[in-house]
Amino acid sequence: MSNYIFYPGCSMEGSAKAYYDSLNAIKGSLGMNLQEIDDWNCCGATEYVGMNLVPAYSLIARNLALAANQAKGIDTVMAPCSACYLNLEKADYYMAERPTLGEKVNEALAAGGLHYDPGSIQIRHLLDVIINDIGLETVKSKVTNPLKGLRVAPYLGCMVPRPDYQHRWSDFEHPSELDDVLKALGAEVIDFPLKTNCCGGHMTQIGPETAYELIRRLVSSAEENKADIMVTVCPMCQMNLDAYQAETNRYFGTNFHMPIVFFTQLMALAFGKTPKEAGFGMELTSTKDALAQIGKDVPAPAAVKPGKKREGLPMPAPRLRKYAGGKVTSE
Amino acid sequence: MSPTEVIEQKGAGLRKPEDLTLLHEVSVATAGISNLEMCIQCGSCGGSCPSAADMDHTPRMIFAMLRAGMKDEVLRSNTPWVCVSCYHCVVRCPQKVHIPDVMYALKGMAIDAKLYKDSNAPDFAQSFVDFVENYGRSFEFGLATRHYLKHYPLRLPGMTSMGFGMLTSNRMSITPKRIKKMDQLKAILDKAKTLELTNE
Repeated sequence: MSNYIFYPGCSMEGSAKAYYDSLNAIKGSLGMNLQEIDDWNCCGATEYVGMNLVPAYSLIARNLALAANQAKGIDTVMAPCSACYLNLEKADYYMAERPTLGEKVNEALAAGGLHYDPGSIQIRHLLDVIINDIGLETVKSKVTNPLKGLRVAPYLGCMVPRPDYQHRWSDFEHPSELDDVLKALGAEVIDFPLKTNCCGGHMTQIGPETAYELIRRLVSSAEENKADIMVTVCPMCQMNLDAYQAETNRYFGTNFHMPIVFFTQLMALAFGKTPKEAGFGMELTSTKDALAQIGKDVPAPAAVKPGKKREGLPMPAPRLRKYAGGKVTSE
Repeated sequence: MSPTEVIEQKGAGLRKPEDLTLLHEVSVATAGISNLEMCIQCGSCGGSCPSAADMDHTPRMIFAMLRAGMKDEVLRSNTPWVCVSCYHCVVRCPQKVHIPDVMYALKGMAIDAKLYKDSNAPDFAQSFVDFVENYGRSFEFGLATRHYLKHYPLRLPGMTSMGFGMLTSNRMSITPKRIKKMDQLKAILDKAKTLELTNE
């Protein structure tokens, strides 16, 4: 078994639940033992860094400090979400590159009884771990149900291959790692020209027209290249292309239908798991036709039971802060 | 007239050393080493940028404006807010300017200077940060509904089928989660807010 400290990130428990479920379905076959960081917090995505720098990096570094404390001989923290992966790696890298940032962050961490020395743990993405630690031979040996005839467009998005501070990837713009994994599963992998182009990121929320154009480029290119399905490594990419594809079609008057799932979902299918175990059925752009190519059905989503006691806290009361001509005022 | 002749005729006024105060201010406010001073105005950044068409000024232009000391114009620009953090520009920049990180620094400066008038993007960031500061986790449902209610109320009806889809497929929780040691995180963030990044 290979041991990893595991940083799931917020999306894995929400919009990217299919990623979480499918990773859980395959980790045993791959010999991965994942130890979740106890009491991890959000990485701040791309929002906090634009608001307030030292708090943003302190937020990220709390996770690194917790991970390093928990590691006990494990040398790697693995993150499956692209934004989480980049934020952790960026904090680790900049704390060393800019020692004053490292000092300030540690001064803040000390207020919570924590400390982090940059470089004390490696930060790696799930795909990197699968390719370079587990290896393609192991992946191939676990395939019982090759994805023969399924044409897939490998789509990594931005934040895994770039900026790549630690030189872990084969190329900034056309890396081959995802193609290699999908080929090992027996799928027909198309040469997808936009494999590291942007999905729009948070622009679906703050400037939808900008995002719709980027989504249109991606799905139209995948369709032109006759892909049955797109495959990604990133919760944000999956969310934007899957959930906003209908909006994009409405905006442009187009009729694209390009499903997108996580690479771990196809791995799970190829390893003989059922579509339900592989997290299928949660996508909003249906995978029915794509799965039919390999003789599988999409399961119906699990119905939310009426009257079921919900986990979690009560919905917070709306407390919109005023953005008074620029300055965000606190209450 | 050649540039040399212009300088000779117009005198020393044109030979004054550039005032790089603003450039340095932005550089200090950027995480990591920005390399902002190294920009050679080649335009690879704007040429690589997927959202440049929607920007008031391309990144190259912003860097020229910083060098020229045009603080208000830069901080009024939508450029940093339209940056999608795709890092195409960073890997193509021959001078290794950390462009998205410079954009993050400019967002913070624009908020402090109260110059950026469109509240949409800063509001979204602030809502996101609010949830993180109070729960330690992001909260997709609360963030999306709060933001759409305020900024795109007319689009909400069109979005309900998607929201409903997210809820019925169990991909979105309508209640937030809170981390266990919220006090510890609050103490860290409160301390961090008193600390400013300075030049070494």
